[in-house]
Amino acid sequence: MSALTIIYAVLFYAATVVLVGGVAYKVYVYASTPAPLKIPTTPAPTTRLGVVGRMLREVTVFESLFKSNKWIWLFGILFHFALLLVLLQHLRYFTQPVWGWVVLEQPFGIYAGFIMVAGLFGLWARRFLVDRVRYISNLSDHLMLALLVAIAVSGLTMKFVAHTNIIALKQFFLGLLAFQLQPLPADPILLIHLALVATLMIIFPMSKLLHAPGVFFSPTRNQVDNPREHRHVAGWSASINNPGGR
Amino acid sequence: MANFETPALREYPIIPLIHAGTMAHSKPFVAKAEYQQPLGFPGALVDNWESVAVKKLGELVEESRALRVFLDSCVKCGACTDKCHYYLGTSDPKNMPVARQDLLRSVYRRYYTLAGKFFPKLVGARDMTKDVLDEWYSYFHQCSQCRRCSVFCPYGIDTAEVSMAARDIMDTVGVGQKYSNEIIAKVHKIGNNLGLPEPALRNTLDGLEEDVKDETGVDVKFPLDEKGAEVLLITPSADFFAEPHIDGLIGYAKVFHQAGIRWTLSSHASEAANFSMFIGNHDNLHKVAIRIREAALDLGVKRIVVGECGHAWRVAYSFWNTLIGPFDFLDRNYPVPQHICEMTYDLIQRGALTLDRSANDGKIVTYHDSCNVARASRMGSMPGGQFVIPRAVIKASVNKFHDMEPGSIHESTFCCGGGGGLLTDDLMELRVKGAQPRMQALQHVVENHGVNYMAAICAICKTQFAKVLPYYQFPMDMIGSVHGLVSKAIQLGTKE
Repeated sequence: MSALTIIYAVLFYAATVVLVGGVAYKVYVYASTPAPLKIPTTPAPTTRLGVVGRMLREVTVFESLFKSNKWIWLFGILFHFALLLVLLQHLRYFTQPVWGWVVLEQPFGIYAGFIMVAGLFGLWARRFLVDRVRYISNLSDHLMLALLVAIAVSGLTMKFVAHTNIIALKQFFLGLLAFQLQPLPADPILLIHLALVATLMIIFPMSKLLHAPGVFFSPTRNQVDNPREHRHVAGWSASINNPGGR
Repeated sequence: MANFETPALREYPIIPLIHAGTMAHSKPFVAKAEYQQPLGFPGALVDNWESVAVKKLGELVEESRALRVFLDSCVKCGACTDKCHYYLGTSDPKNMPVARQDLLRSVYRRYYTLAGKFFPKLVGARDMTKDVLDEWYSYFHQCSQCRRCSVFCPYGIDTAEVSMAARDIMDTVGVGQKYSNEIIAKVHKIGNNLGLPEPALRNTLDGLEEDVKDETGVDVKFPLDEKGAEVLLITPSADFFAEPHIDGLIGYAKVFHQAGIRWTLSSHASEAANFSMFIGNHDNLHKVAIRIREAALDLGVKRIVVGECGHAWRVAYSFWNTLIGPFDFLDRNYPVPQHICEMTYDLIQRGALTLDRSANDGKIVTYHDSCNVARASRMGSMPGGQFVIPRAVIKASVNKFHDMEPGSIHESTFCCGGGGGLLTDDLMELRVKGAQPRMQALQHVVENHGVNYMAAICAICKTQFAKVLPYYQFPMDMIGSVHGLVSKAIQLGTKE
C-alpha cells in the first residue's frame, strides 16, 4: 500500500475522531452548563411545542436572519442548503448499493455545488464591500470562506473539468468504513479536495462552525416563556433557599 | 448645551459608515471604595487583577450556558451590525453588537480556546491588558442591555449577557461604575434607589393624597406599610418624586380606589428597580429582590403588582419566581407578579373602571415600547401581550393614538438611550446620541400625525426622554406615563 494511501487513511480516521469527538464533547459541555435564569428573547412561545417550532424555523428558514438582513439571509440560505444537497449527494461514495433517494437527489446535488460557491462569494463579498462587516472580519473569517470555496471548486473541477477515478475513490472510502485499506488514486485535485475536507472536519469543533450545534442550546431561543407559571432553577439559582413561605 | 453635536434627524433612517474611535472617550465615573464595598466588591483595582479577571471570566462561562454558547457561536455574519441604537447614533464601530461582544470574546479566546492559545492573531484573540480593561470600561458602558441585537441574531446571541458578564468581571477586579453601584448600595441600606427613608416616603404620599383631594375632591389613599392589604405595589422610587413618573403613581392609586382594591406600598421594599441586573451580579440581584418577598410576607398581602418600570418588570416577570419564589403564599388566581397595566386592563375588561377618553383630547398619543418589557418579558397569557395590553390601556384613555414605524416598535423597538445603568449625567453625550433612532421615529409621527405626546411604562425611559427630548427640539413634557393618561381619563365617584 502506498504511503499516500496510508497518510490519507490516517488523516480521515483522525479527522473523523476529532469531528465526532469534538462536537460530542462540545454538546456535552453546552448541555451540562446550567442556564440559571429565564432569558428567552420575547415574544417567545409559551409551550415546549412552540419552542420546537421556533427552533425549526430558526434552523430551516433562518427566521431571525430574515428579519435582520435580506442579503445575508439570501447568501446564507443558498450556501447552507446547497451544502446540504452536496453532502447528501456525497453519500453515494460511502454506500453500496447507493440508496434510492440518493440516486434521485444526485442531479440536484451536483448543480448545488455552483450555488454553494455563489452563496459563499456573496458572503465573502460582504466582508470586503460592507464597511461594518469588513471591520468585524478576522483573518480566520476570510480563511474559513477560502477553505469552503476551495473545497467546492476542487470538487466541481473533478466533476466538470478533470474527472478523477471515482470508482477507486469509492473503494478507498468503503475500505475505510470496513477498516480495510484500499488504494487511493494519486490525483492531485482529489488529494487537495480531500485534504481540505479533512482540515474542515478537524477545525469544526474548535471554530465558529460551532454555531451549528450551538444554536440549539441558545437560551434566548430554546427557553419556554413561562417563568410565572413554573419556577425555573438551575446552577446557582438552584441553591437559593428562601425562608418564610407557607 | 454641551460640547458635542446632537445627531440630525432624517426623513429616512440611514445606516452610518463607521467612524472608529468617535466614542472612545466616553466613560462613566468610577465607583469609589465606599460604593464598591457594600456590594461585596474590592474598593480599587486589585493586585494581579489580570489573572483575577481571567479566572472570573472562566467561572462566569462555567455557570452560564448562554455566555458559553454566545462566545462560541458568533460567525461574524454582520446581521447585528446596524441594529444597535448606539451604533446608529454614534457610528463608532465598537458599538456594533458583534464588535462589543468581541471585546470580551477576544480575551475568552486567548485563555480558553485552543485556537486563541496557539494562533491568537488568526482569530483575533487578545491578552487581558490594561488597555483592554479600559476599552471594556468604556464600551461595556455604552450598551443599554436592550436586547435589540438578540432579536436579529440568527443564534439569538444577546449582547446584554456579554455586557453583564464584563461588568461583573470589572466589579470583581475593583473597577465598578459609580452610578449603578452607588444606587445599589442605597437599596441595600435604605430600600430604594433614591435613599428615601420611611418618614420622607410617608410625607410624600401624604402630600399626594392632599393634591389629589384638592384636584378631584375625592379621598384617594396612598397607603404605606398597611398590614392585611390585598395588593402590595412595588414601583420604581422615581414614581414618588420625578416628573412625569408621579402622574403614573397617581393613576395607579385612582385605579385601586375605583376598583375598591385595598393596596399598600412598603417602606422596606420601596423600589421596583434592581440595578444589580445591569452589573450582572447575581448575589446583589437576589439581595435586592428578597426585600420584596420579605415585605409581602410581613404585610400578609395576597398579590404583588408592579408599577411602570422596564428592567424591573424583566426582573419581576422573568426572575422573581426563581430568585425569591416560590410564591405559594400568594393568591394564584392572579399572575404573580402582575403588571399594573395587566391589572388595569383586566379591570377595564370587567367594566370596573369609568374612563372618559375626551379628558385627554388635547393629546395625540404614541407609545414607546420599553426594551425590557418588549424583549425580555410578557404581559397577559399570549406571546406579544406586552405590546397589546399597554396600547389597549392607552386607547381606553385617549381618542387619538398613532403608532410609530413598524421597525421601531414592538420587538424592534429602539431603546430610549438611557437604559442598562447609563442614566447618568456623566454619559450625557452617549444618551443623546443613542436616542437618535427613537427620536427619528418620533419625528415621523409628529410630522405625519401631529403626535404631541409619547407614553411609556419605564421610569428610566421617562427620565431619559424628559432630558433628551429638548436636544431634538421636542418639548420635555411630551413624555408621560401610561397611567398618567389613565389618571386624567378616570372618572372618580362613578363606580365606588
